[in-house]
Amino acid sequence: MQITVCIKQVPGTSEVDIDEKTGVLKREGIDSKMNPYDLYAIETALRLKAEQGAKVNVLTMGPPQAEAVIREAYMMGADKGFLMTDKKFAGADVLATAYALSQGIRTLGDSDLLICGKMTTDGDTAQVGPEIAEYLQIPHVANVRRIHEINEKAIVVEMNMAESVEIQEVQLPCLITVEKDIYPPRLPSFKLKLKTAGRPVKNVTFKDLKDRNEMHYGLNGSPTQVLRIFPPEPNKTNEHWEGSGEALSKRLAEKLHELKFI
Amino acid sequence: MKYKTITQKDIDRLISICGKDNVLTGDRIHEDYSRDELAGIRQYPDAVVLPGNREEVAEVMKYAYEEHIPVTPRGQGTGLVGAAIAIEKGIMLSTERMKRILELDEANLTLTVEPGALLMEISEYVEKRDFFYPPDPGEKSASIGGNISTNAGGMRAVKYGVTRDFVRSLEAVLPSGEILRVGGKIVKDSSGYSLKDLLIGSEGTLAVITQAILKLLPLPKVAISLLVPFPDIETAVRAVPVIIKSKEIPTAIEYMERNVILSAEDYLGKKFPDNTSDAYLLLTFDGNSREEVEKTYERVAHVCLDAGALDVFISDTDERNESIWSARGAFLEAIKASTSEMDECDVVVPRNYVADFINYTKVVEKELKVRIASFGHAGDGNLHVYILKDEMPDKVFAKKLKKAFDMLYAKGEALGGHVSGEHGIGYAKKEYLARMNGETYMNLLRGIKKTFDPTGILNPGKVC
Repeated sequence: MQITVCIKQVPGTSEVDIDEKTGVLKREGIDSKMNPYDLYAIETALRLKAEQGAKVNVLTMGPPQAEAVIREAYMMGADKGFLMTDKKFAGADVLATAYALSQGIRTLGDSDLLICGKMTTDGDTAQVGPEIAEYLQIPHVANVRRIHEINEKAIVVEMNMAESVEIQEVQLPCLITVEKDIYPPRLPSFKLKLKTAGRPVKNVTFKDLKDRNEMHYGLNGSPTQVLRIFPPEPNKTNEHWEGSGEALSKRLAEKLHELKFI
Repeated sequence: MKYKTITQKDIDRLISICGKDNVLTGDRIHEDYSRDELAGIRQYPDAVVLPGNREEVAEVMKYAYEEHIPVTPRGQGTGLVGAAIAIEKGIMLSTERMKRILELDEANLTLTVEPGALLMEISEYVEKRDFFYPPDPGEKSASIGGNISTNAGGMRAVKYGVTRDFVRSLEAVLPSGEILRVGGKIVKDSSGYSLKDLLIGSEGTLAVITQAILKLLPLPKVAISLLVPFPDIETAVRAVPVIIKSKEIPTAIEYMERNVILSAEDYLGKKFPDNTSDAYLLLTFDGNSREEVEKTYERVAHVCLDAGALDVFISDTDERNESIWSARGAFLEAIKASTSEMDECDVVVPRNYVADFINYTKVVEKELKVRIASFGHAGDGNLHVYILKDEMPDKVFAKKLKKAFDMLYAKGEALGGHVSGEHGIGYAKKEYLARMNGETYMNLLRGIKKTFDPTGILNPGKVC
């Protein structure tokens, strides 16, 4: 079984300043890290690897320094890493990113299962995973919170629908996006760091893809444009109450009713 | 000692000083004021006063002094040795309303606070501004006044030291009601006896702290933790002196055993990143750049592997650190939740004897047939050993507890250690302090107490 996990490098802190004129994130001097949701995707793949004896690929698209997240995946136990890096991929919106990744995935041979994190912490759209599946014309299930079983033909998963849970059996190959806490992600291992220090990361460039129409990638291939990015106004209103525990709890309950929280 | 019993006249006087809302009596005294976090002892004071400033504290003390009423100072009541329990009743003086952060002096790297400010409020305040108050006791909802009164330690002591190392100056009210200021915004001070250092760790027996000037550092920009699994606790703890010898000093070196991790997982309802090994060391490194910190931790990671570690797991993001440290922060509560009652030995031994002491806890556990859990600051030799009651009848537990404490403190002493690393003496550990230090030492302590508090009204029955 071959499992491919899509991962992304994101800013290391949630407190990134935004240049209000250009709408671009001020990334200088900001540490980067693996998208936290992708850690759950890798962990899911590694658990299946332990149970099923699968091979685990990781694939990311980004600038050359995004190799760091592949190295990190190696330190968790991933087998092979692929870095899609090319100027032609730059400036991609959600759709163009999903398209490029789907093309990249085709170069890796047949994967039985694709796993993505539920969303990224810098884009927050949760769309790339399902769109990859659409481009690859395979079934997908988003927000998977549990895997019941997997065999050579199908996987049975539990999908979190917020108000309900749906259990689905899906034919392989398919794509799933996994929820936070599906499994607690393992920490990177220093022993694996030493062991994988010389392991190559394969670069995948525009030339390696089957579809070599430049208009399908990067800024050219993006039907949407960001008009403006701005930090949301922090809500600082607060009320200060004093009184006995009994009076305060009564008042709090009333307030929660008034706000329709309960 | 005989004290005056509080009358309505006394209550009226306290009300005239602090205001009606800030003097609690009878049913208005919440159960919290009858205890701290030490199990098994409770005593309600006759009145709880909540002064709003130093003048009110001074007036209360002056009146109590004149009337010979005992006064027990209290911060947030998170202590573990009964130091803030009004065992002689009388007045409980809580500093909870005096919680302002008064001044951040960036030129002198100091922060001036009132005693009721909470530790977590102080760290949040300074860290937002890129400063750092290193003392890091597990209980973040403790007040700074309480931290100073017990000379609280915490996990970063290995590299940075304890509360004492970060107090520049104190303002305190003496039992007579006089206001005393010691220290200052100064880095050096050789001006006679250090009364400041005497007040730190005095557990509210010498004076009531009404203001403190704390020393700050610039906030290190990067912190990376290593979770290091070992086949057993002995191998884990024996690695500690080797790490220290490597001259790369981590900010923290904690040890933990699998059973404590499992309790914390149950208690928090979330998983620790790894629970497959019997014992772990948790190391943290800080610095100003990722490269610098990585270089340091890599050297130590090799030292750990050479010392028998099974692997070295790297925690280098906020989420990873949170998953480890939230569990570490919950160990005490988790152990508490796993049993019916417990008591603790907060012994401190030289760092190279930590393994010997932990081995000895296993001997005590076997010999007395009582469950013992432990975790702690392997890097500074301060161990928290918990004796758990579980299903045992009260009388049997009391007997075994006494025997266990006798054995553990005797071992601590034999290894060159002291009674308390960071929790203090209070009411619960007096006997062991006296036993370990002898009459001459205790007489000196009593003499100091008498100089500050000639009539013995301030926090009677504690420390000496």
